[in-house]
Amino acid sequence: MHSATPAQSLTVFVEGIGLLGPGLSSWPEGRRQLDGSLPYQAARCVLPLPMALPAAERRRAGAVVKVSLAVGQEAVEASGLPAAGLPSVFTSSSGDAINCHEICRALASSDRLISPTRFHNSVHNASSGYWSISSGSMASSSVLCARDASFAAGLLEAMTQVAVEQTAVLLVAYDTDYPEPLYSVRPLPDTFGAGLVLAPRCSERSLARWTLDLVACFGGTAADRLDDDALELVRSSIPAARCLPLLHSVANQVAGEVVLDYLEGLQLAVQVSPCR
Amino acid sequence: MLFLNPLWLSHFTATSCIGRGLQATLAALREQRSGLAPCAFDTVDLNTCIGEVCGIDEVRIPARLLDFDCRNNRLALLGLMQDGFAGAVATATEKYGAGRVGVIIGTSTSGILQTEMAYRRLDPASGAFPPDFVYGSTHNTFSVADFTRQFLGLSGPAAVVSSACSSSAKVFASARRMIAAGLIDAAVVGGVDSLCLTTLYGFNSLGLTSPQACRPFDLARDGISIGEAAAFALLERMPRQVDENAVLLLGVGESSDAHHMSAPHPDGLGARVAMREALKMAALNVADIDYINLHGTATPSNDAAESKAVSALFGPLTPCSSTKGATGHTLGAAGGVEAVICALALQHGLMPAGLNLQRLDPALGVNYLQENRQQAVRRVLSNSFGFGGTNCSLVFGLAG
Repeated sequence: MHSATPAQSLTVFVEGIGLLGPGLSSWPEGRRQLDGSLPYQAARCVLPLPMALPAAERRRAGAVVKVSLAVGQEAVEASGLPAAGLPSVFTSSSGDAINCHEICRALASSDRLISPTRFHNSVHNASSGYWSISSGSMASSSVLCARDASFAAGLLEAMTQVAVEQTAVLLVAYDTDYPEPLYSVRPLPDTFGAGLVLAPRCSERSLARWTLDLVACFGGTAADRLDDDALELVRSSIPAARCLPLLHSVANQVAGEVVLDYLEGLQLAVQVSPCR
Repeated sequence: MLFLNPLWLSHFTATSCIGRGLQATLAALREQRSGLAPCAFDTVDLNTCIGEVCGIDEVRIPARLLDFDCRNNRLALLGLMQDGFAGAVATATEKYGAGRVGVIIGTSTSGILQTEMAYRRLDPASGAFPPDFVYGSTHNTFSVADFTRQFLGLSGPAAVVSSACSSSAKVFASARRMIAAGLIDAAVVGGVDSLCLTTLYGFNSLGLTSPQACRPFDLARDGISIGEAAAFALLERMPRQVDENAVLLLGVGESSDAHHMSAPHPDGLGARVAMREALKMAALNVADIDYINLHGTATPSNDAAESKAVSALFGPLTPCSSTKGATGHTLGAAGGVEAVICALALQHGLMPAGLNLQRLDPALGVNYLQENRQQAVRRVLSNSFGFGGTNCSLVFGLAG
């Protein structure tokens, strides 16, 4: 039984990180770009093939699946935890926009037949489903959307799950670029994904400790920005990249407070400290 | 796994094709009345039946929230106005504070119909959207939770859960964790999904829509009937004293199939894990469950896999039924609608029959109810499964 009087804070330990985005190819490289030891250069995001998927599924996988599987795998491998037992949280500001565009175009035409693969890839939990198939994980998977607040919403979901269930959780946040005409109303310029394995207890692999103060974590203070203009453009233009200030704090071994964009007028403050 | 401190469904409501609000829903269940009818929605030219909610077009979104105007949010508003639900949330907000009441809503397609219609009106020369098209507060998956939160004047955490047809069962799981963690004191949970061409033509492309009103567990079942619905519950910690007829959330179980994107595991392995976990959290045995509200979509594969999972865990005797023959499959709203039907079953001692049945499939070894049963019901389990192999089971019970 959990106690009738909940604790005053939630704490998780960061056990593994995966990163992929414009000019960002992995966490080991991204870490150096974020701590300034390697210059960041803007470039289109390069998506790897999801080799962990069976061939049939691999052929059907769109950008959302490629990015989320890549960062999920990188984070889980870094954590040393078995993927098959990890509950997951997937969060994205929307689904696969290219797929959505093709469906809407077909539905507006005289021939409304859409392909079954397009349809099952259109569900917001497509990446979660492909993750479960590729990792063999039968554990629970929460799939969220909170538009521009999606990263912080996913972090809240993952941190509460770690704290309440006392289990490690994989959090995957991702967004992909939008084609026209959707781009004109939702200008997401490129693909970005971050994977985080969060655990209830410290280990020799722990990179950082993140705590939410249950009373003070929600506030109106403006979200942290990145000093590097090019990285700040990634953060501000792709909702999943709103996690970058947290990753910046890990890379720079910062102790203090990181404020993340959440809902309108409501930001999320995370207390951070390095573990090594 | 921790046992669940029960949560109290202090208020709840459902609006679907069988009626607006609890009274109409209960009456339809008692009369074994289906709301399904041949599809005449929008410009859809498919030979299928749907569960359409009447009067959505007449719902008016308040002026301050006009950017949210779309079928899905109109349906959400229609649902929020039934059974004094919005007023009950206002009372809870006074008690806890607007920042301590979370909003977690399930939907699969949110307001995508708005985008589908805008694609018909693209500028022929430039391919641009018409200027009146608003994406963020209509089509975006989060729109329905954003609208609900703003309409109710709440300022706490909010999210949409969008895991296809398990969405609005899983909102109970997320809300439970947030309340248990102490981030919030209460949560508005629910599911809202409305008719659109993507799901109608999409399920049709997979050969999963029936030309008739869907027939869960029938020997000749041949697919789903898509419906639309809005269902909401206000979840609070259990107060010291609560009416014996109060409905409690006792357990939640979640799992993934790790099998296929659009077909369930043939033996219902993931479904079995979800049901087992829900019972474990509720600290109940299979014999404690009086009635199971099945996912029961009426596709050949779902009903076969689910019955295997149910009979493997419960044996052949526990009374069960799918209410989708009445409501249709309301997709992202199904878990919420069926949670409310379970609450009605508990409070009114009604085990609803599965409708549209001509001949029960003898291969499905479960005790499927073909007629309503009126008797005391104290503990029930509700199943919701979805594309991507997502599974969620909920256990509800009476306080007394």
